[in-house]
Amino acid sequence: MKLVIINYGAGNIKSIQFAFKRLGVEAILSNNPDDIRTADKVIFPGVGEANSAMKMLKVSGLDTLIPNLKQPVLGICLGMQLMCKSSEEGNTNGLGIFNVDVKRFSNVVKVPQMGWNTISDLKSPLFKGIKEDAFMYLVHSFYAEACKEQIATTNYEFNYASALQKNNFYGVQFHPEKSSVVGEQILKNFLEL
Amino acid sequence: MLTKRIIPCLDIKNGRTVKGVNFVDLRDAGDPVELAKQYAFKGADELVFLDISATLEGRKTMHDMVLKVAEHVNIPFTVGGGISSVEDVDDLLQCGADKVSINSSAIKRPELVNELANKFGSQCVVVAIDAKNINGNWIVYLAGGTIPTELNLFDWAKEVEQRGAGEILFTSMDNDGTKDGFANVALAKLSETLNIPIIASGGAGTIQHFIDTFEKGNADAALAASVFHFGEIPISELKEALKNKNIPVRQ
Repeated sequence: MKLVIINYGAGNIKSIQFAFKRLGVEAILSNNPDDIRTADKVIFPGVGEANSAMKMLKVSGLDTLIPNLKQPVLGICLGMQLMCKSSEEGNTNGLGIFNVDVKRFSNVVKVPQMGWNTISDLKSPLFKGIKEDAFMYLVHSFYAEACKEQIATTNYEFNYASALQKNNFYGVQFHPEKSSVVGEQILKNFLEL
Repeated sequence: MLTKRIIPCLDIKNGRTVKGVNFVDLRDAGDPVELAKQYAFKGADELVFLDISATLEGRKTMHDMVLKVAEHVNIPFTVGGGISSVEDVDDLLQCGADKVSINSSAIKRPELVNELANKFGSQCVVVAIDAKNINGNWIVYLAGGTIPTELNLFDWAKEVEQRGAGEILFTSMDNDGTKDGFANVALAKLSETLNIPIIASGGAGTIQHFIDTFEKGNADAALAASVFHFGEIPISELKEALKNKNIPVRQ
């Protein structure tokens, strides 16, 4: 199994690498197009600000590479958001893999949402063995709107898409690498796709 | 529904966990990595590691500890103590910390909060505030609660929120170490003033204190050390009690 975590300078990727290590898989950190293209599975992480992250992707040409990948790709947190059409954060155009826009929570609720919330209406092999209303750790100020490609729903201010899937592309708003044994199960499921 | 978080705090000195009672008189409560794993297993929602010797000693030991924690622990954790620059934060995040907590360095140079939020995102910037109620005015202290400043708790908290802090960790020095309950009146006022999450710290002694800080103090999370380290309050029992009071928790 060749597992590549795309390393484009956005955020804490060590935790993801360690989480896979706990599952017995040594992930490769790389931004090299050949490495990424030849991987069996690709993780697209991201923490930080959408616009600057998108710029970093463009510098290394990853903005055109990622949408053309054929193997399973899992976007995590900002990674998922960048796979969407656009983000209100810094008025950013995303990779457009998922046909949905990313917006900011309003000040009716505390922003960022920080902590453990439930995921429900689970609809993908990614969630094999995961119970409805399982708790996941989330930290985010922006969210993907409810949409057709949604495979998990979370409620904060309203129902939004906390996971998305289109063909070989998967995206999760929560941090499976930080969501205890349930999160590790989701990563394990991804490896088995 | 977003749940209320229970956060054990591990004070670290020379790579070992210690707990200060009113910031002095330290007692040893074990190896941080083992403790952290145990807490994750027992249902803690998050962990805070506070390097209380960071300003005096090399930060190397802390880096090693952060790496080990990130390797073995599957819940989020925050690292604080002696962090004063963008480089410090970069190092800790590279080692696998999810968030960093800054205190004195933000008071000395408030722009640091902006710099960190811009570079790493608000979600990983926790501003810790130690404050004491002096004749009805909450005064902010720096350097581990030893030096009073001219800052008012609520004004300072608002300022760091505007500068990009993602969360406030408020320790009431009047309550810390007393096991008499959290400073819920000040917490409720903070919660009303701010639109970012607030962690209550200082004063946990009983399960009822946690119930009160969520119900009366409107805290988003509650942090404690000795009641957890010495097994006085098992986390599972605490969460069961909170659930019975209809306070949302992860179980």
